[in-house]
Amino acid sequence: MERFVQTLVDAVSLGSLYALTALGIGLIFGVMRLINFAHGELITISAYALLALFGLPVPVMLFGGILTAVVLALLTERAAFRPLRSADPTTLLISSFAVSFFLQKLLILVVGSRLKGLDLLPELNRQTEFLGVRLQMLQIVTIAISAVLLVGLTWFLKATRLGLHMRAAAEDFRMARVLGVRANNVIATAFALSGVLAAAVSCLIVVQTGTVQPRMGVQLVIIAFVGTVIGGLGSLPGAALGGFLVGAASIMLQALLPPDLRAFREAFVFIAVALILLFRPQGLIPARGLKERI
Amino acid sequence: MSATAGGNAPATGKFDRLWPLVALVTAVVLFALIMSLAPAVLQRRATQGLINLTAVVGLYVFAGNSGLLSFGNVAFMAVGAYVSALLTMKTAAKSVFLPDLPAVIASAEWPTFAGALAGGFAAGLVALIVGWPLMRLSGVAASIATFAILVVAYVVFGNWTAVTGGQNSLMGLPAYVGLWTALGWAVAAIVIAFVYQETRSALLLRASREDEAAAQASGVDVVLHRLIAFVISAFLSGIAGVLLAHFLGIVRVENFYLDLTFLIVAMLIIGGRGSLTGAVTGALVIAVLTEALRQSEIGIQVGKTVIAAPPGLGDVILALIMLLIILFRPNGIAGGREIRWPFGKRQWSEAK
Repeated sequence: MERFVQTLVDAVSLGSLYALTALGIGLIFGVMRLINFAHGELITISAYALLALFGLPVPVMLFGGILTAVVLALLTERAAFRPLRSADPTTLLISSFAVSFFLQKLLILVVGSRLKGLDLLPELNRQTEFLGVRLQMLQIVTIAISAVLLVGLTWFLKATRLGLHMRAAAEDFRMARVLGVRANNVIATAFALSGVLAAAVSCLIVVQTGTVQPRMGVQLVIIAFVGTVIGGLGSLPGAALGGFLVGAASIMLQALLPPDLRAFREAFVFIAVALILLFRPQGLIPARGLKERI
Repeated sequence: MSATAGGNAPATGKFDRLWPLVALVTAVVLFALIMSLAPAVLQRRATQGLINLTAVVGLYVFAGNSGLLSFGNVAFMAVGAYVSALLTMKTAAKSVFLPDLPAVIASAEWPTFAGALAGGFAAGLVALIVGWPLMRLSGVAASIATFAILVVAYVVFGNWTAVTGGQNSLMGLPAYVGLWTALGWAVAAIVIAFVYQETRSALLLRASREDEAAAQASGVDVVLHRLIAFVISAFLSGIAGVLLAHFLGIVRVENFYLDLTFLIVAMLIIGGRGSLTGAVTGALVIAVLTEALRQSEIGIQVGKTVIAAPPGLGDVILALIMLLIILFRPNGIAGGREIRWPFGKRQWSEAK
């Protein structure tokens, strides 16, 4: 029983992490039809910002991490994505791929490719007794932060004017513009929000692994991509669900697979993904307004 | 996409139609001939350049004709590399490095050419199986999903210790690939890609690239034609992987992951993903450019001081060029067109 609950908490906490990553990607895809590879570099560089600020009070570090990710997100939007706003999705995808590699290689050039230790909030890695089960504080914190961000994002999208504009833009960008939605504001807001989500993921990952390295973001983002695809590209609940499922499934497989097959768990997860896509090529929660109207 | 629309407009005469093939093959052969006169180190770089060219042409067959980028082709390279390596390695070497190998593979000692073909066909077969669900995805989602292929291949090859050696490198395979072998396969890849893109299936696929909905409405089976292109593309990528393995004489799973994917994709984008001319141009231009950057990282001696660029600068510059190309010339150097016979009548119909 205790092992079951532990596995469940593991699954939910990793699932939440991927859900947050997938949401950051889905948010941008919704308004721009851009699959943002560079989201991984937002996570990575935000982690390096934490490293650079190490030693300052924790709130200052966290603020620095968030600020870095938001500013970087806005910069990439302005420099690499705004000029291509009317381009087709593949061109946008290539652009973000190039931005991602440019930032990653630049980071390696500046700080080197070696793993660096960063002991952020070590007290979160302690075990605690929770409802009779021994759990890691961090996992509970991860789940709590994800829940808060998810609720906050939903509230923003449903209850504020800018959120309404964003949903309208996601449904039909041209029509929204005709009706007076300011494209630049909406897209900049989406990028800023994705920066905040990236920074949150970055902090949680750093606390969990205690290290930073230039490739950390890419690995997360590739798996989150697949999450957004099975969830239904362009649908925010789909992104969250897909990301969550991919993360949770890999923990479940880790627990259920015989030991000599465990190393292959990603392969099993992706085979499951392929099977889901056979039956639902449009994703689990298909997006409205994605199919081109003719 | 209107800028790429003129790329494959029907040429008038037979010669006009075949000219891109003649021109590209000539260019690649000339490149190899010039390089064969160069010092051994440079010759090795040229060989690697031709292997990359084969990989870029392989990626182009799918990406160029379908309009969707694939991030999974390096996985097919890995499939080719491992299959050919395992089939051609000396049985004695296999019994040392891979004692747990299944008997069928452990006793195989195929000739290198048969091994290469087996590598290519194995990659094609894998593409057929995984492409079947993935090609049903709409547009850009399919392109993202190809990333899953890359990750799965990386995880499987990196952990299947009994067969691939896992994180250890696979060593002791015949390193038979030199400049001429690489040239032969590069030319073969160009010919295959060219013949394919002249077929009806490729034409239908390009129609779906320009307008998926209109193509479907006209009765084009988009999934089928995408899958055909994907399999041919995987075959050529598999061959490129075989060449890389037998060029280095070693197979390491790390060599077949994100960095190689980036390099191959960057070459195709910079050259121009809309035409075979673009794929070949990109591979050759970047080969020369990376060599120049490598030299600058080694440094130039000025008087008594050595001026050297910091290591890793080459990658940053490559990424930057790719970004600038996509921003300012999204169809790459070749602009989505095939090279044309420069002395004939101009075909204004191509200029849209």
